[in-house]
Amino acid sequence: MSEKKTDQKDEKSSPEKALVREKKTPAAEGKILTVAAAPHIGVARTVPDVMWGVVISLTPVIASSIYYFQWLAVKLILTCLVTCLATEAIFQLARGKRITLYDGSATISGILIAMVLPPHLPWWAAVLGSVFAMAIGKQIFGGLGYNIFNPALIGRAFLMTTFPVLMTTWTNPITLNAISGATPLGMLKFEHRMSSLYHLFTGNVSGSLGEASALAIIIGGIYLLGRGYADWRISLSYLATVAGLSGIFWLVNPGYGPPSFHLLAGGLLLGAIFMATDPVTAPITKRGRWIFGVGAGVIVVIIRLWGGYAEGVMFSILLMNALTPLLNRHTIPVQLGGRKK
Amino acid sequence: MMMRLKTFRQGIHPAYKKSSTQDEKIRRISPPREVILPLQQHIGAPCQSLVKRGDEVRKGDRIAEAESFVSAPIHASISGKVTAVELGPHPVVGKFKSISIRGEGAEEDWEGPDEKNIDLSQLDPQEIRDRVKEAGIVGLGGATFPTHVKLTPPKEKPVDTVILNGCECEPYLTGDYRLMLEEPDKCLFGLKATMRAVGAERGYVGIENNKMDAVALFQDKVAGDYNIEVVALRTKYPQGGEKMLVKAILNREVPSEGIPLDVGVVVSNVGTAVAITECLTLNKPLIERVITVSGSMVQKPANLLVPLGTPFATFLEECDVDVDKVDRVIMGGPMMGISQSTLQVPVVKGTTAILVLREEEVMVPLEDACIRCARCVDHCPLSLVPAELARLAKNSKWERLRDYHIVDCMECGCCAYVCPARIPIVQLIKLGKAQLQTMDSK
Repeated sequence: MSEKKTDQKDEKSSPEKALVREKKTPAAEGKILTVAAAPHIGVARTVPDVMWGVVISLTPVIASSIYYFQWLAVKLILTCLVTCLATEAIFQLARGKRITLYDGSATISGILIAMVLPPHLPWWAAVLGSVFAMAIGKQIFGGLGYNIFNPALIGRAFLMTTFPVLMTTWTNPITLNAISGATPLGMLKFEHRMSSLYHLFTGNVSGSLGEASALAIIIGGIYLLGRGYADWRISLSYLATVAGLSGIFWLVNPGYGPPSFHLLAGGLLLGAIFMATDPVTAPITKRGRWIFGVGAGVIVVIIRLWGGYAEGVMFSILLMNALTPLLNRHTIPVQLGGRKK
Repeated sequence: MMMRLKTFRQGIHPAYKKSSTQDEKIRRISPPREVILPLQQHIGAPCQSLVKRGDEVRKGDRIAEAESFVSAPIHASISGKVTAVELGPHPVVGKFKSISIRGEGAEEDWEGPDEKNIDLSQLDPQEIRDRVKEAGIVGLGGATFPTHVKLTPPKEKPVDTVILNGCECEPYLTGDYRLMLEEPDKCLFGLKATMRAVGAERGYVGIENNKMDAVALFQDKVAGDYNIEVVALRTKYPQGGEKMLVKAILNREVPSEGIPLDVGVVVSNVGTAVAITECLTLNKPLIERVITVSGSMVQKPANLLVPLGTPFATFLEECDVDVDKVDRVIMGGPMMGISQSTLQVPVVKGTTAILVLREEEVMVPLEDACIRCARCVDHCPLSLVPAELARLAKNSKWERLRDYHIVDCMECGCCAYVCPARIPIVQLIKLGKAQLQTMDSK
């Protein structure tokens, strides 16, 4: 008991000491009881559970990418995965931190980077992008939970600006013929040709690895959002904004393409379901998450309709990532009973 | 029930684990030979002892009191001899000055006038308040706020409604439920006495819908009484919090940093109501209370009527506790209860339950990095942002905690319960509150 008392004194003098999680103290008859702060029970789901849940939800997307791009997909996914895991481990070793590859977050980044790269990208470019993503996108901020931008998209943005030609050289699915500048969005924008919505849905179109099949993304997304691994508000507001805005402009000028096309084409679905919902880089308040989705949707439509690029999902999410701290600060919810009369 | 169940926003659904004790009738433990009565068992000023070592006391004698209005006197819970007035184990603050009484361990029936048919309308509100104060009654739901203070609303804050709190939303706890089933008349009489004391016209009984038999029983009992309504509430933690209850039943929001009184409501726990009834009809002070003894390490879980001051060890034996595998002994529920370092601590007025758990059942701390998943934000019943509060407290940004309404936090634990990183959010918030208080007092 005297031991406990000194501990309480410490609590007042030093905040660090007060954070001692639990303390074993001898009870009657030499029995050791644990003393810890309430609550004494909690959900079983841990951070690694959440992360591996996301990995599982990505499997349909991985499977469809392998189906359409075969060994190109396998090669790219393995390259990104191994590079991401190695980069994270090396960084943590160098900083003298615990190696946390088991938490699954680097695995997610590895898969996601591969999913946003063109299938024919040389292996060394994939390695560069992955190293950049994990080192500059995540680890220099302090690792999991502290990064500002989505690491996978940071990696892609780096490759986009460094190797623009490689990053816009696409591949036809199944036949694996390399083509130039001809994703469905590119065709609409630069050649004014519409693609088949059916092919967009099933995935028989050129584009980044994971963008191909809307169906696979939707199946994975249902699992992801249904199991509560990510917040549906962001996905919903993002997609609804793109559909609504592009719909309005389509009514004004059908040349912009119908909303169904904008929903299925490019990286929107992948971005809205797997990237924008990255909890670390999205707002934590509910209102903030709605605004985040709407803002990203507006940016996508602006870039797609009037920007220099055919696709705007990456920039829309990165820009909203930058706004996240601001959104958090200005959307603090009114607490119960806090409303001014 | 076809009607939509009333409730509040957000909150959590823990495993309730009430089945092992919900059918156990309340039984009196064999009388203890020794009790330890701490001089502080309530919120407010601590009591001063009125007795000294060697004094003979009789069960029900007042043995400690305080002059302050916000306080509650303490009565002898057994007859016997005062053996010590000194520091003793206390389940909340560790150690506190206590009065120890040693008795014969004999059965003692309470002898008082039995005025079951007392006419409340003939009773002066002030008399009710005085007698409740004399009896040392405090909120028995665990908060231990002196009841007579609640029964004395200031003139500028008229009370129109009294809510009888039968939610018992903490897992494991079944004491209030058993009281509602076994003593419904005493519960309702206590509610009516409270309404009379504060001058309220309306009364509600709020019960979660995992206790529909209690809801049905009370609906029967109040049939024909148009002033009292029984409300089934959705089973959700922390439904029994005062602010949640007022919001769910009346759709009134208790203002930030305020109490239900600010919106014309007094909330009273069913245990408190029974104590008020026994004080008025039997002239019995608060000397015993119902507690639930449960948890996987208890072979014979039970709802017990225990004299205040009885050390846990005394009656845990009766419940067949497997002491060897015990990891944690909690006074109260698993969400807000206080873990104990010794079984010598006594039952106090705020002891709702004693849970004896093994290591596999309790949350093991991890304290991973926060991944900003915002589950805490999505489950906070008060709509706070616990992730920010925890982060700011951890970084010693004390002043900024106020921007996030830290004072409104009631420490219900929903945030830490859902946190996948198992960050001790409540502990950090408590630390922040303490720091701000120290800064304010300087």
